[in-house]
Amino acid sequence: MKFARKARAGAIVAAALSVALVATGCAAGDSGDGGDGGDGGNLSITFLPKNLGNAYFDTSNGGGEEAISEFGGTYAEVGPTEATPDSQVSFINTLTQQGVGAIAVSANDPEAICDALNEARDAGVKVVTFDSDTNPDCRDVFINQATAEGIAKIEVDLIAEQIGGAGEIAILSATANATNQNAWIELMKEELAANYPDITLVEVVYGDDDDQTSFDKTAALLQTYPNLKGIISPTTVGISAAARYLSTSEFKGKVALTGLGTPNQMREYVEDGTVTAFALWNPADLGYLAAYAAKALIEGEITGAEGDTFDAGKLGSYTVGADGVVLLGDPYVFDADNIGDFDF
Amino acid sequence: MTDTAQRAPRTYKDFGQPLWRRILLTREMAIVGLLVIVYLVAALSVRNFAAPITITYLLLDVAAILMIALPMTLIIITGEIDLSVASIVGLSSVVLGTLHQAGLPIEAAGLVAIVVGAIAGAVNGFFITVVGLPSLAVTIGTLALFRGLAVGLLGTTAVTDFTEFWTDLAKSKIPGTPIPSVMILFVVLAIAFAIVLHFTAFGRGIFAIGLSSEAARFSGVNVERTKFILFVLSGAVSALAGIYYTLRFGSARGDNATGLELSVIAAVLLGGVSIFGGRGAIHGVIAGVLLIGILSSALRLANVTSDVINIITGALLVASVVSTSILAWARRRRVGPGVKKGPPAPGQD
Repeated sequence: MKFARKARAGAIVAAALSVALVATGCAAGDSGDGGDGGDGGNLSITFLPKNLGNAYFDTSNGGGEEAISEFGGTYAEVGPTEATPDSQVSFINTLTQQGVGAIAVSANDPEAICDALNEARDAGVKVVTFDSDTNPDCRDVFINQATAEGIAKIEVDLIAEQIGGAGEIAILSATANATNQNAWIELMKEELAANYPDITLVEVVYGDDDDQTSFDKTAALLQTYPNLKGIISPTTVGISAAARYLSTSEFKGKVALTGLGTPNQMREYVEDGTVTAFALWNPADLGYLAAYAAKALIEGEITGAEGDTFDAGKLGSYTVGADGVVLLGDPYVFDADNIGDFDF
Repeated sequence: MTDTAQRAPRTYKDFGQPLWRRILLTREMAIVGLLVIVYLVAALSVRNFAAPITITYLLLDVAAILMIALPMTLIIITGEIDLSVASIVGLSSVVLGTLHQAGLPIEAAGLVAIVVGAIAGAVNGFFITVVGLPSLAVTIGTLALFRGLAVGLLGTTAVTDFTEFWTDLAKSKIPGTPIPSVMILFVVLAIAFAIVLHFTAFGRGIFAIGLSSEAARFSGVNVERTKFILFVLSGAVSALAGIYYTLRFGSARGDNATGLELSVIAAVLLGGVSIFGGRGAIHGVIAGVLLIGILSSALRLANVTSDVINIITGALLVASVVSTSILAWARRRRVGPGVKKGPPAPGQD
C-alpha cells in the first residue's frame, strides 16, 4: 500500500511533467521568434480577428500579410477560437506584454476590449480596428469597409442595371428592427427616388436572417407580384436563400437578384446564371489597408487625427476622416469574371 | 470454536500513513507541484512571462472561474454537476445591467443579481432534489433556459455605462502588489468553502453522499437538503462572478461568459475532484484553475495559437483523468490476487 501510494503520486507527477515539458518545450522554441519580432524595430503588426478558422478573416488577414511583407514588417495572427465578447482581452494583454508595434483587431464587443486596448496604447502599441469597431476612444484609427450610402448606392445601381432601369422591385431584408439594414433601405429609397423614377419599390419583406424564412418570403413575393423584375437582399443570409429559390424556379434568369453576399455562398448561383452580380467589400483590401494604416501610425506618419494622409501601397493614398475613420472605398462588385479569385 | 482463541487480536492503526505522507503524496499535491514546475519552466523559458503584470492579467482572467469552481467542487463531490453556471453569469450580468440602466445604484442592482442567481440555483435544486431528476439533465435544460432569459431581456444590445468607480475597482490591484483586489473576495470565499467542506459535519455529509447516497441517508445525512443548499450556493456565487465579470469588462451582455462552465468543470476535474463523486479538495481545485491559466498564458506569450493551446490543456486534462484510472487499475491488480485468494479460512486449519 505504501509503495502503491508512492508510485501513484510519482506517476501523476511524471505524466503531468511530460505534458508540461512538451508544452513549454514548444513554448521555448516559439518565444524566440516572437521576441525577434518585438526587437526588429516596431513594424511587428499582429492581426487579431474575431475568431480563428473564419474564412472571412483568413482573407482579410491574408491581405494584411501581403501588405506587411511589402514594407518589410513582421506579420503575426493570434485570436480566440470562439467569438465571445471577452475572448480577445487575454490576447490583447499578451500582445501588450510582448511589446508589438501595432494590433489590427476586429472587435467582438465595442466595450469589453476597450480597457485592454487602452492599456496597450499606454504601453506604446498602436491600435487599428477594422471590420468591426470599438468605441472611438479605444483605438487610433478604424478602417471602415463601406459606408451606408456606398452600400445603398451600389445595390440600387446594380439592380437598375440588371432590370434595365424600369419596373417593380422588392427588398428582402433581415429582421424588421435590424439597424444596419433599415438604414440602408432608407438610403436606397432616397437613391431610387432621386435617380431612378421608373423603378417602383413594391414591398420590403423580412426573412429574419433565417434561411428557411427568407426562402419562403422569396416564394411569396414572386406569387404576390407577377410583374416583379428584381429583388435586392442586403443581407448575406437573405440573398443566398433567395438565390436558392430562384435557381430552381421558373423565374430563374427572369427575375434579377442582387444584394450583399459572400463569394462562397453565391458561387453556384453566379455560375448557373441566377445572379449576375452582387456586392460586398473586398476583405483582402480591408486587411491590406489596415496593415498600411498600422505602419503609418508606428512610423508617426499619422496620429489618427482628421485630415492625416498616408500611402497604402497598391490601394493608393488615404485620408483619415472624422473620429479617426478611414474608409476603404466603394463596395466591391463580384460577378462571373472575378468570383473565382475569392475564397471566403 | 477453538480457532478464534488461537487468532491474535487485530490491531488497527489510526491511519495507514504518517500525516506528512497523507498531506504530500496526494493527487492534489501532485497538481500543486506541477503548477510550481510549469510556472518555473515558463518563467525561465518564455519571454515576458516572469514580469509581475503576467500575474495580474492571469488572476483577472481566472477570477470568475476560481469563484465558480468552489461550489462546483462541492457539487461534483456529491456526484452531481451544475452545467448552468455560465448561463447564470450571463443572467446576472443582464440583471445588473438592466437595473443599473433603470437608475439603481450598483450596490442594489448587484444584490438583486445575486438574489436572482440564488433563485436560479434554487430552480435547479428543486428539480434535482424535490422532483428527483438527474442534475445533468436539469442543468442542461437550465443552461439553455437561463441563457435564453438573459439574451431575451437585453437582446443583442449591451449596457456599458457603469460607474467608473466600480469598473476601476474590478480591475484594481492590491496596493504595492501585482495581485488584483478581486482576489481578496476570492480568498474569503475559498476559506469559507474549504472550512465548510473539510471541517464541518455538513462537509463530511457531502463526501458521504458522493461515496454512497444511500449509506449517507442511513447515517443521518439529509441528502436532499444538502444538495439543494449546494445548488443555491452555486447560483449565488455564479451571480457574484457575473457581477465581477460585467464590471471588469464594463459590458453587460446576454452572451457574457458563454462556455465558461466547461472551463470551470475542466479545472475542477484537473484539480483532483472525482467526477464519480466522493473525492476532492479545495486546494487541488485552486491549483487546477491556476495550472490551466498559467499554461495558456505562457503559451500565448510564446505565440502558440489558441487551437494548439486548447489541444494542450485538453491533453493535460485527459492525462490527469486517465492517470488516476490507470493507477487505480494497477492498484487493483496488485491488491487483487491477495483478496481473491484470501487468508485460508480459519475453519480449515
